[in-house]
Amino acid sequence: MLLAFPILLPLLTAIVLQLLPHRPKLLRLVAFAGALGILIAAIVILVRVESRGIQVLQIGSWPAPFGITLVADLFSALLLLMVGILGSVITGHSFSGVDPRREAFGYHALIHVLLMGVAGAFLTGDIFNLYVWFEVMLIASFVLMSLHRTRPQLQGALTYVGLNLLASAFLLTAIGLLYGQAGTLNFADLARAWPERRTAALDATLSMLFLTAFGIKAGLFPLFFWLPASYHTPPAAVGALLAGLLTKVGVYAMIRVFTLLFPDPSGRMYALVLVLSVTTMVVGLIGAIGQGDFRRVLSFNLVGHIGFTTIGLALGTPAALAASMLYMLHHMLVITSLFLISGWFLRQRRTTELSALGGLYRTQPGVALLAMVPIFSLAGVPPLSGFIGKLAVITAALSGEHYWVAAIALSVSLLTVLSMGRLWDAAFWKPAPTPSAPRLRPAIIAPVGALVVLTLVLTVFAGPAFDLSKRAAVQLLNVDAYVRAVMGNRG
Amino acid sequence: MELLLAVVAGVLYGTGFYLMLRRRLAQLIIGLGLLSNGTNILIFAAAGVTRGQPPLVGGAGVTAASLADPVPQSLILTAIVIGFGVLAFSLVLSHRVQASVGSDDIDAIGPAPSVHIGETATSDS
Repeated sequence: MLLAFPILLPLLTAIVLQLLPHRPKLLRLVAFAGALGILIAAIVILVRVESRGIQVLQIGSWPAPFGITLVADLFSALLLLMVGILGSVITGHSFSGVDPRREAFGYHALIHVLLMGVAGAFLTGDIFNLYVWFEVMLIASFVLMSLHRTRPQLQGALTYVGLNLLASAFLLTAIGLLYGQAGTLNFADLARAWPERRTAALDATLSMLFLTAFGIKAGLFPLFFWLPASYHTPPAAVGALLAGLLTKVGVYAMIRVFTLLFPDPSGRMYALVLVLSVTTMVVGLIGAIGQGDFRRVLSFNLVGHIGFTTIGLALGTPAALAASMLYMLHHMLVITSLFLISGWFLRQRRTTELSALGGLYRTQPGVALLAMVPIFSLAGVPPLSGFIGKLAVITAALSGEHYWVAAIALSVSLLTVLSMGRLWDAAFWKPAPTPSAPRLRPAIIAPVGALVVLTLVLTVFAGPAFDLSKRAAVQLLNVDAYVRAVMGNRG
Repeated sequence: MELLLAVVAGVLYGTGFYLMLRRRLAQLIIGLGLLSNGTNILIFAAAGVTRGQPPLVGGAGVTAASLADPVPQSLILTAIVIGFGVLAFSLVLSHRVQASVGSDDIDAIGPAPSVHIGETATSDS
């Protein structure tokens, strides 16, 4: 029953939010409380998985593979924890004010529908169910993106909607072909049945279809172009939530499906994933250098660093997967706080164009120093969490004797330092072009503060966190244990 | 029967992709619709077609093996519902885009520029 809470809680919260009278303070409070509930459920699940192994819930008591199964292993539980954390931070951010027109049209309920979709995608043990959660989360994000209907938002939303629907069509095609050959949709049952039924041609087709579908959603080169074309348009809190959670769902789905269905790490497909990951890093960060908008710099950085999270899958060793997981946790915290910081400038200067920003270090040095943590953490400046994550990825590449990967990852880190340094200079250090700007209030700083504290916690406790992700990686690669946990004795 | 369905699915995918590559919004939407229908037929064909037997409802002498597989049918039903919702949303969105930009040519709509708050939202049409 426990596993259903992260899905049921946001659903109930969304329904309650729609029924409540339209009083902003009340709505914000209920939304925040609901998100805290998800966080608590996620912590309980993580503790339970850590102490008792993989947790399984057969919905309606239908035994797998006939019903829908919810499964939480350490990887799922860790990401679920991030859903709780980011959900709480984003709903907490709305106390600093939400555009009244958005609030009137169900902004808070939509945030919870989005959280439900993401939590469902992380928990499900059924590939068609995964598709359904993808759609839930996409529809919520479509509406969140286009609610206000200013021209840039509509233009951004159009690109976003078109490409994501294309990805969904690819995913559904792959699922249909997979079912036709394997006769089952349950992940565990697939992992058991697929090795006997796979044919080389279908294997290649399916892995390419899954790679395309999840690659579009995750933002891998050459499929990422929708992301920087749209993520700079929604309100800061929505952008932060999309950046922090949605692309990671694509990465998660890729890792889950590939480790279960295509567990042969010497396959050509993994070589392709490796090349794509590395190209994503290079193209993303070169793209970031030429941008003149705070959020577009972030979008390209988001794309670039997705490469670090898929390298683990491509290298296929437990150490590499663990490094990618650690990097993923760090990146979710940091990129969310950076998108929230872009909201400061929207509030202060009404735009995030770098040419219009500046001077924050002079007017509010404490706030600027707070922002320095995520900026330098993303850049990978020691001793912050980004440095530790990058170090882990590069060490894993070196121990796998992929020296060129390590070399490129290092030079990409340099590019990140360059682009983050530029961001810091343009937004905080250089004199402001227009002198008068309202001071930032604590309500809008606090959510970033919370994320900064968590980033520092991840930095200080990087050792235990890395151990945890190492165990998660070992569990992820142990397909037999997953199958036994889900299928019981019939496995 | 499978061959026919496979050809239909192929044609729907082909026309769908072709239309999505065109420049007008309406064609993009129709392309998406054709693509999702092509996917539905593909699921149906890939899972194997059983003629003349409904799923689940058996009678005397009917074995489970001769019944139609209910799973692809329920998958398609789910996919149709989702596809319908998504299509309705994309239609409204493209209508709004067209009303806001004044054109349904993708090149004229162009990439999204930086946001400046205080810009007027598009008027209701």
